[in-house]
Amino acid sequence: MDVFSDPRNLDATVSGFLWILKLTGASAVLALVLGVLLAAMRVSPIPVLRLFGAAWVNIFRNTPLTLIIFFCYFGLYSTLGLTLSEDLVRNIYWLGVVGLSTYTAAFVCEAVRSGINTVPPGQAEAARAIGLTFAQTLRIVVLPQAGRAVVAPLGSILIALCKNSTIVGTIGLMESSSVMKDLINSYGNAGILIFAVFAGVFALLLIPTGYFFGWLANRLAVRR
Amino acid sequence: MTERNQADGASGADQPLIRLDGVNKWFGPLHVLRDINLSVNRGEVVVVIGPSGSGKSTLCRTINRLETINSGTITFDGRPLPAEGRALARLRSEVGMVFQSFNLFAHKTILENVTLGPIKVRKEKPESARQRALALLDRVGIANQADKYPAQLSGGQQQRAAIARALAMQPKAMLFDEPTSALDPEMVGEVLEVMTSLAAEGMTMVVVTHEMGFARHAANRVIFMADGQLVEDAPPAEFFTNPRSERAKDFLSKVLTH
Ligand SMILES: Nc1ncnc2c1ncn2[C@@H]1O[C@H](COP(=O)(O)OP(=O)(O)OP(=O)(O)O)[C@@H](O)[C@H]1O
Ligand SMILES: [Mg+2]
Repeated sequence: MDVFSDPRNLDATVSGFLWILKLTGASAVLALVLGVLLAAMRVSPIPVLRLFGAAWVNIFRNTPLTLIIFFCYFGLYSTLGLTLSEDLVRNIYWLGVVGLSTYTAAFVCEAVRSGINTVPPGQAEAARAIGLTFAQTLRIVVLPQAGRAVVAPLGSILIALCKNSTIVGTIGLMESSSVMKDLINSYGNAGILIFAVFAGVFALLLIPTGYFFGWLANRLAVRR
Repeated sequence: MTERNQADGASGADQPLIRLDGVNKWFGPLHVLRDINLSVNRGEVVVVIGPSGSGKSTLCRTINRLETINSGTITFDGRPLPAEGRALARLRSEVGMVFQSFNLFAHKTILENVTLGPIKVRKEKPESARQRALALLDRVGIANQADKYPAQLSGGQQQRAAIARALAMQPKAMLFDEPTSALDPEMVGEVLEVMTSLAAEGMTMVVVTHEMGFARHAANRVIFMADGQLVEDAPPAEFFTNPRSERAKDFLSKVLTH
């Protein structure tokens, strides 16, 4: 029987991709919030915060994601007993989200920081000169103008995050690549077809994402 | 202005509004402000001139602490400048600053540029901030540009908008760092005109400029700086006709011949 005409295989495939979307969605939101906070720390006038932000970026950006995900499972969960959900599968999912967002936040931070650096320093000076606080200056004057320069790299980071989320398969979540491996094990002679279908679905999800971010970056352009 | 100053009680009207005592500033090994002592009284207009690199901008920027100092004290309205945080933000909101490169917020309209401070810093109601902003834009002659973005305005218009933005905070003093140096010659006049009328209305002003005409007719005092030192401090008539130091004579002979 054909691989994808068996409804059980189809269900497993769909469910695998749903996990990818859920991992990507939750991690993207967390990484964005965390990454912007880290970038704010890195440009803040407070040395301790700057140090914290720099340490985060240097540690997590330079550690293989597989190690981070393994640490979340074997370190946080098995050894330290951190349980994020009573349900076994949900627990793995959330541990994966923690690892993915910790790692991705380092990249978001650097994208945001380099975007901040494209805003002429006079903008922040003028904001401070009328009495805006550091946080107001960042939020009202600098970040909105960094938008264009930040959005395109954020798009790339989101695409990388989506693909990276397959690594959560290594700690036992039946996401797409684990499903694919199982299918290839059972349908060895359809291997190429299975690869093509899985790669095709990723392309279908991610190519429009790339174009969307390109379009958004152009819309956010600030005239000088 | 005077009403506000007197009501604001921390100091008498007889005390200088801005006072620098033994101020020193280094950029790494470079000693850019050397033992500066300076007082600016309420309603006084002080023009700062001097060769490039003499520390004029740095001096101006230390007064609202955009630049920190290494030693000495600066007091504003009877109080030492706060080091950081909300107190510093509050002080800055009382000192208007106008930059050489205008620095209008590029992603906001002219009107939004002017209302931003009053709304976000002073928590003024948007409608009243808008009314005041329109009146200020009218005063500097660009009321019809209110809904445009900075990049759509000429340099002279942008600088006048920047002055309106600073005035919207109802500052006790205004700092100008070469406000006309980035302008095409035909736009210099319109900006100086606004500054002259501010001076005439009694605004306390510190103005770094190369416009000797403005220094002559609008300033109460001219300060000449060289190599980080305050070399002369005299009324304009005296300074321009009878400079005491060689540095000032030399400088004036260069700028006044063309
Ligand atoms: N952020 C900085 N870091 C290091 N050196 C600086 C910095 N800002 C200014 N300087 C140096 O300090 C000295 C004084 O600079 P400042 O800008 O105050 O001079 P200025 O009198 O305003 O000159 P100009 O007429 O060219 O504007 C100069 O030698 C300048 O190179
Ligand atoms: Mg200067």
